[in-house]
Parts: sequence; structure tokens; C-alpha cells
Amino acid sequence: MSLKPRFALLFALCGSVVSMPPAVHAAARPAPAEGRRLFMQVGCYQCHGTVGQGGSAGPRLAPDAWPVEALLPFLRNGTRLMPAYPASILADAEIAAIQVYLASIPAPPRPGAVPALRGVRGVPEAAARP
Amino acid sequence: MANRKQPRLVGRRGFMSGVALAGAGSALAGGAAPDASAASEPQAEPGAAAASAQAPGTLAGRPGSDYMVDVIKSLGIEYIASNPGSSFRGLHESIITYGGNSAPEFITCLHEESSVAMAHGYAKVALKPMAFMAHGTVGLQHAAMAVYNAWCDRVPLIGILGNGVNATKRRPGVEWSHTAQDPVALVRDFVKWDDQPASLRHFGESLVRAWKITMTPPMEPVMIVADSDLQEEAMTGHESPGVPRLTLPTAPAGESGAVREAAKWLVGAELPVIVADRAARTPAGVALLVELAETLGAPVIDQGGRMNFPNTHELSLADRGGNLIRRADVILGLELTDYWGTVNEFFDNIDRDYGPRTRPGTRLIGIASTELYLKSNYQDFQRYAELDLAIAGDAEATLPSLIEACRALIDTRRQAAIDTRRAAMAKLRAEAQAAALENATLGWDASPISTARLSAEIWQAIKAEDWSLVSADAWLSGWPHRMWDFDAHYRFIGHAGGAGVGYGLPAAVGAALANRAHGRLSVNIQCDGDLMYAPGAIWTAVHHRIPLLSVMHNNRAYHQEVMHLQRMANRRQRGIDRAWIGNRIDDPPIDYAMLAKSMGMWAEGPITDPRELAGALRRAVAVVKRGEPALLDVVTQPR
Repeated sequence: MSLKPRFALLFALCGSVVSMPPAVHAAARPAPAEGRRLFMQVGCYQCHGTVGQGGSAGPRLAPDAWPVEALLPFLRNGTRLMPAYPASILADAEIAAIQVYLASIPAPPRPGAVPALRGVRGVPEAAARP
Repeated sequence: MANRKQPRLVGRRGFMSGVALAGAGSALAGGAAPDASAASEPQAEPGAAAASAQAPGTLAGRPGSDYMVDVIKSLGIEYIASNPGSSFRGLHESIITYGGNSAPEFITCLHEESSVAMAHGYAKVALKPMAFMAHGTVGLQHAAMAVYNAWCDRVPLIGILGNGVNATKRRPGVEWSHTAQDPVALVRDFVKWDDQPASLRHFGESLVRAWKITMTPPMEPVMIVADSDLQEEAMTGHESPGVPRLTLPTAPAGESGAVREAAKWLVGAELPVIVADRAARTPAGVALLVELAETLGAPVIDQGGRMNFPNTHELSLADRGGNLIRRADVILGLELTDYWGTVNEFFDNIDRDYGPRTRPGTRLIGIASTELYLKSNYQDFQRYAELDLAIAGDAEATLPSLIEACRALIDTRRQAAIDTRRAAMAKLRAEAQAAALENATLGWDASPISTARLSAEIWQAIKAEDWSLVSADAWLSGWPHRMWDFDAHYRFIGHAGGAGVGYGLPAAVGAALANRAHGRLSVNIQCDGDLMYAPGAIWTAVHHRIPLLSVMHNNRAYHQEVMHLQRMANRRQRGIDRAWIGNRIDDPPIDYAMLAKSMGMWAEGPITDPRELAGALRRAVAVVKRGEPALLDVVTQPR
């Protein structure tokens, strides 16, 4: 089942009513490495993969990561599919750090540019595009 | 003594009878009754040998287990998977000597659970049972979980259990602790039928009956107890049993009036959606489902209990299943394990709430053989689904009449609507595939290796071969089904059924054994946690020269459980960074290549750099193509 419509709706709602928490604004912008460390430590990667690629257990998180204004209430409230992450488990600043990591993940190559995907349904057998 | 000197003669007669009927099993899958007239002729030569000179300590006459082999041969059973046990030593000896260890061949297993899982995997490719033998007590206790998997997966399976009911003949000690009054009581909740025969003829009739029952939808495991004395004692003159003739019943098809009503709803629908789980029992089932989908222009959501529908077909839309269920006005469920879960959403939160996926007024049709047969204790039948039309019958057997009824209702106007819908579904499918591939490339060079990369690299290595995926792929986020072309029934065999861990490798070995006869390249994407339940199946694959490519999905944890623990910890606000305790398998990491090598299997790994995958896969495929099993240990992302 595709989760995209659900996430898109939530994103739209969150973005309209939530602002960046002061603690996040005030803190120095964390390094992506610190965000990755937290992403791994608290187990985000279990469902979303180590580079946010997503899978059957959780949707793709990168590239084009959600802004922290959307990510934070989403984690706080959870969904009917994902458990809520209260502040006692994941602080605002830690969520911000995770967002920095996700935002740092570069866009992947196009499928046609990946040799091992040539010939897979929807990808031409021979023509590799850059 | 005379009897001992002539086993070859007697053996050949029995064997020839078996050869005459060897096609029985394969013919049965299509429902045809074999010509078993020759089987009615008794194979035994009782009495005569008893009258001749007999050496001390030798049997006067042929043992009863020779007759049991005659019956087994008459059914076309090619293999018997077993871990040896004294309670069936008589039958074991008859199989390997009197029977020539051929059809059936004794497949040596290192655990009874593996014996059953092997038979489970084999049945889904061979479309007929492989038997397994076990002690009626400790052996069946080991085997029980695997029997449950087969039950949940609706797989035909015949268990032959050693047991000795005559207390005066039991050896003191272990033979008592290896005996039960009613051995099958342990598993009767998930066995379709069983018997404990008291004579050889009774054994023959019950084994043939067992074959009929296990091969009639809903297909489920059956068990026969082979009494030790019946196996070991000589046949007597008046007990010339004869092999009973097998006549398979036809598969139960849905009632014609209900089928016509279903056709009316489907043809009149704006968006009929077909959902299939264990619908295609045979290749004919796949062809019929394609015919129905094309007749209706209806998308098919293959839930993957079997290879029901080619994912290369433009109406294959499993990737858009949720969306289609929400939009459908008529849903046809074919042999669904969980109809309720198909049309409802359930959320594993504190409230455990749920709600319908379907829009109001959607009509639900079900065709399932499980409407005909249920048991109460184990709850694998899932939540009660409120259907609008429930047709009791085997889906594959019902499809021809349903297709005919649909065609009779389609006029020019309906055909135009069907053509339009089919084009729209083809477009939706192309969009879904493009979106899936966009997701595949993220993390392409990551280490641990992404499951998308792993699936793509395996595909490149096997796509030119006649391959068969003999493992589930849900743990890899379903990437093989998005990337590989599943265009034949044997390309995929579904999953364990009951989600009992330890199914993976032995089931793959059993399926590969069935594929070997067709020269297919069997591919097993093997979860690490599952492998460690039954690593002995590695040895069985090597010992019996069963070609099988196993690629480890080694994420070094029971990741499903890690996620459950995270959910619990979150809910209780206790922190989630300890959820790995009890769930990780990485301190120390297990060297699966070394494990495989220790049992004589070609192996490489652990592979952590995705750039090394292609070369390693080429080398492994070359090994498998020369008839051996091979294993690659690949360290992977969780999903």
C-alpha cells in the first residue's frame, strides 16, 4: 500500500500550523554527521534505511527531506502507522539534527544511469542516461 | 534364507509396479485419476518363504515394510525426507534396499523440522507431496512447527510416523519414551486427516486415502502412523494385501448459480478488482487468472501466497493495491488467507483501531476452498469478513465457469468500457513502476548494502537463466517483484504460511530439489535469523547435490522484533536505544560463508561493498549451474 497520500496530507497540515521551536532556532546548526549518529542510535534506520531510502516498513525520507517544522510535530504525534516520539525520547534539537542529516543526502542517480538496473521493467536495456 | 537371497527379484517386481505408476503424482495435480489397475495386484509373496529353510535370527518371509514401499511407490512419491529414527527402521531399510532408494529416495535431513519444510517447498514446485518420516513422538515434536507452516500455507504433505503400540514388544527404556498412544494428537489441530492402521491392508488403504485427502483442495498435511511391528514382522499368507487403487476426486468448484451472479456483478462494475492469494495451484491457474483479468479489464493484486499472476502483465497492479481497494466497486477475492485484512486497515497503536479501506457500497465476492474446511483452535483463518457473495469452492476449479459466465454478459458497450479501463490500468502500472525505480537508486552505494541494490544485482546475474525464486521477498521490501519478471508459475513459491521461522533454507532446498528435474536455477534470498534455526539444511543440499543459489540477506538482527521493541519503548517513553538487546545477531557477527564451507558448500563473504556483488554473484551462479549449491553472505540494510 502506498503511504504517500497520507504523508503528503499530514505534511500540508503540519506546515500550516507549526513553527520552528525556539530551541531549534537558537541552537547552532548541527553537522550532518551528528544527525546521522542520532538517526542510527534511535533506530530510524530500522524502518527507513541508513540513507532514508525507505522500504516496506517505512517510507522514503530523502532526498527532499521535510523541513523541521513538519518533521517535529509528525514525530511528536505519530500516525496510525508510526509510533509517536515524545520529547522524553527525542529532544527537539535531536530531531533538528536528524533533519539536517536527511537534508544532506544527495539526490540519487536516475534509474537509467545505473548499469545494474538496465533491462529491469521500465528501464531501457542499453541506453544509460547520465 | 531363500528370501534373503532373492530380494532383487522381488524388488524389481515392486519397482516395476512403481514405475508404471510413477506418473500418478504429477498427473494428480491436474485432477486426473491415474490408471492404477496394475496396482491392485499384490506385490507380496507371503507364506512361501516361510516354508523354506530359515537361518536363525532372520525373518521368515518379506517384511511388512516392503508392502508399505509398494504403496508409496504406487503414489509416485519421489522422495522421503527424514532424520533417521528407530521407530521406522524397518521402513527405512525397505526404502533403501527393497525399493532401491529410488522413487522414493531417502533424503537425509539433520532435523525433523527441516524434513517437513523441505517437503513443504518441494510440494509448491512439484505440485504433489514429498513424504517425510519421523518418530511419532520426539521427531514429530521437532517437526510440529513446520507442519503448522504447511497447514497455514495449504500445502499437500504426507507424514509417516514410526510408533509401536504393542507394549509387550517394546524394548525397555527409550522405545517406551518414543511411543505414544496417539502420536498425531500433538498436531491434529493442524492436520487435515490422520490414521493409525492396525494391519498392512489398512496401512495401504489409509495411505492412498491420505493422498486423496491431501491433494483435494483445500490441500493440507496428512499423517499416517506406521506401526513398528507392522513394518518389521513378516507378511503372512492370508494377509496378501494388494495396493489399493487411487481415484482422485475432482476439485470442488463453485455452485453455478452463484458463479453467474458473481459474473453479473463483475461485468457490471465500474472498477472490478481481483485479489489473489493462493489462487493458482498450478500453471493452469495462472493462465485462467490472466484470462479472467483480460476478459474484465480488471487489475489484479497478487498477494503472493503463490505465483498467481505474471507481474509482467499490464493488469498486474500489486504496487497500487491499497489505492485500488479504496476505489473498487466490486472486489473478487480468490483464495484469500485474510479477506478482512484486505479490505480493512488495522493500526498497531495503543487503541488498536481499524476501519474499512473500501468505499461504502463496495460489493465483496469470495471464492475459497477454505469455506469448506476449518478447524477451531489455531486462528490462522483470520478475522471474519462480511462478504456479499461467498462461493465455497476451489478458485482455480471455478475460474473456467466464471470466465464463461462473464463472457456471456459482455456486449459491445461493456467491451468498450473494459478496453478503456484496461488502458487506464496499464498507465497506472507504468507510473507505479517508474516510482518504484526512482526509490531503488537511493542508497545505491550504501553499506550495508541496500535491498534494492541486492535484488538488482541478483537479477542481472540470473535473468538469462531459467530461474525460480524459492524464498519470500517481503523482507527485502518486495524488490524482486518490482525488478524481476515473474512470468511462470514456478518463478515464485510464496512464503512460509504460518510465519514460523526456520522455514527458509530447508523449504528452498526442497523446492530446488523439485526444480532440479527441470534444470532450473533456484534462487534463495536467505534471512540470517531464519538460517540459524535450520543450518543443517546446508549439509543436505550438499550431500544430495541439489543446485541452489543462496544469497544471505544478512542484516544481523531479528529486525522485525527490533521494530516491535521500538514501538513498545516509544509507547512507554522509556527510550528506544536499547531495543536491539535480545534482537541483534552481531556480537559476534556470524560468518555464514564459513558456516557453509564447514559443510562442504561453496561460499563467499561477508560482502559489505556493493561493488563486489556482481562478480561474486557470477562466480556463485557458475557453481550452481554445474549442479552444486552455493552461498553468498551479503551484509544488508534491515529492509
